Amino acid sequence: MKLLLVAPILIPLLTAGVTVAFWRAARFRAWCGVVGAAALLAAGGLLLAATAGGQVRTVQIGNWPAPFGITLAVDLFSALMVLITGIIGLMVAVYSLADVDIPRQRYGYFPLFHILLAGVCGAFITGDIFNLYVWFEVMLMASFLLLALGSERAQLEGAFKYVTINLISSMVFLTGVGILYGTAHTLNLADLALRVPEMMDRHGHLVRACAMLFGVCFGLKAAVFPLFFWLPASYATPPAAVSAVFAGLLTKVGVYALIRVFTLVFGSIPGIYALILVVAGLTMLVGVLGAVAQFEMRRILSFHIISQIGYMIMGLGLLVSSDPGVRTLGLTAGIFYIIHHIIVKTNLFLVSGTVRQLGGTYDLRSLGGLVRAPLLSALFLIPALSLAGIPPLSGFWAKLGLIEAGFLGGQNTIVIVALLTSLLTLVSMMKIWNEVFWKPAPQDAPEPAEPMAPGQWAARFIPIALLAGLTVLIGLFPAPLLTLAGRAADRLLNPAAYISAVNLHEAAVAGLSTTQISEDKP
Amino acid sequence: MLLMAIVLGGLFAGGLYLMLARSITRVLLGLVLIGHATNLLIFTAGGLVRGRPPLVPAGQTEPAAGYADPLPQALILTAIVISFALTAFTAVLVRGTYQAAGTEDSDDLRSTDT
Repeated sequence: MKLLLVAPILIPLLTAGVTVAFWRAARFRAWCGVVGAAALLAAGGLLLAATAGGQVRTVQIGNWPAPFGITLAVDLFSALMVLITGIIGLMVAVYSLADVDIPRQRYGYFPLFHILLAGVCGAFITGDIFNLYVWFEVMLMASFLLLALGSERAQLEGAFKYVTINLISSMVFLTGVGILYGTAHTLNLADLALRVPEMMDRHGHLVRACAMLFGVCFGLKAAVFPLFFWLPASYATPPAAVSAVFAGLLTKVGVYALIRVFTLVFGSIPGIYALILVVAGLTMLVGVLGAVAQFEMRRILSFHIISQIGYMIMGLGLLVSSDPGVRTLGLTAGIFYIIHHIIVKTNLFLVSGTVRQLGGTYDLRSLGGLVRAPLLSALFLIPALSLAGIPPLSGFWAKLGLIEAGFLGGQNTIVIVALLTSLLTLVSMMKIWNEVFWKPAPQDAPEPAEPMAPGQWAARFIPIALLAGLTVLIGLFPAPLLTLAGRAADRLLNPAAYISAVNLHEAAVAGLSTTQISEDKP
Repeated sequence: MLLMAIVLGGLFAGGLYLMLARSITRVLLGLVLIGHATNLLIFTAGGLVRGRPPLVPAGQTEPAAGYADPLPQALILTAIVISFALTAFTAVLVRGTYQAAGTEDSDDLRSTDT
């Protein structure tokens, strides 16, 4: 069990090590990258099986009792996120075989890709806030290099903006950690969950300041309003495989951290969820309006990431309600939305890479007539409609849940904003659909690329088709995922099991007056 | 404590001022300054204690009261190592951007905006 918990970190790191060791064998490295990602997927599946009943599995690194050492704590939410990371990792690794050119592979694409996965998984399973910072940095370092790999001018400019903004957000995070440690004298999330509500009386202002610092930092990573401007500038520059994995996973780590920290630690601050709800509405609206104005396929998709982040944050913001049913439903839909969005958005970026391969450009004005590739057209339509929330695809259930929770909670404004955003999403998806696939190819269109070799074709289409299949499958049979998301949301809202699973040392608990620890012992 | 507060404020202000400059080299220097400010802030927030290492004297079971907390120092050490790597990378990136774009004026780095 202990090994299983660290496996999501160890497997990618080990794969990265092996791929570095065989620096010269390009083909071997590429396949090694695929196998490593498959192993990560398997570990994610086992982890989900180990937590599916709502159990919380923990491991104390080096046997230091919590909260003195680093704790890894995996609950159902973490396990779901690790599993989806495995799925995306495997699909993008296969796609990279065709999409990432040989010089980029030679300069270490696959090792960096796996270090990125290690950072993402580490952020999902850690139970310690400083350790979360460290995993963020691991992830960021790999993403910086992936973004700049290839050294084209646009890439370097995009990378510079991305690096600067992320370094600032790391400093903000670290400042928050410093102040939090100075007041609460602990970094363990479970321990913080017990201490922070107690500190609200005496150190309320400090707790609020910390919450804001964490909110800004995670908000920057998640690209919420008004901290989103860096995202379209940088995600549209690297190869499609890289943007796909960024679009799928990186912002979602920010969302994950927001949900984790604002349910477990800062939930007791009055008014915090109302603020999050307002931010969610603005994020949706601004993101989708930005998308409508764009003509470059990946920039449109990048702006849609922002508006979709708004929906996920809306799930968190609906905790403003006092009705436990609404709270659970909202958070359930939020978690469901994250899973759905990761699959769909990664797929859309993979499709955009293939459009670029066939049509020679990402610019809608120079594209056209791609309906001559009917399979690609169909495979674009599935995630695009799912993104807009058309039944019976996965996005429909995610949006339905959020809107139902919003209505039940009496938050009509956010429901209207969500519906409007959904409509505008459909408009801009149809814009891509018409311009890229149905419009006759314009005069100045680049020469059509040569037909792809069968291996290339397979490496591009198999991941896209599998992800589209997954979207349809979740759409037709949403019940299993909804049940899991519901149980994960329930565990987030009732953190007693999480706290008791971390098994805090008596010496640390001695000073606390709460009786929360003793209840709900497994 | 007061001295630390003034130093911290100065570092944060200086860092921010540099980051607002148009030259990307200055932005890099600003990041470095803010990084130092953050590390000092962790140090200060963790409690300043002079010359009292958290060691257990011979024959006793716990150190004398009022000892320094070692954890913030460990945190800062980690943060310094990470920020060292990031600074090195950013320096290379600034140089690469300068070479690719032929300018270090951030107003001219607009090819990713529309």
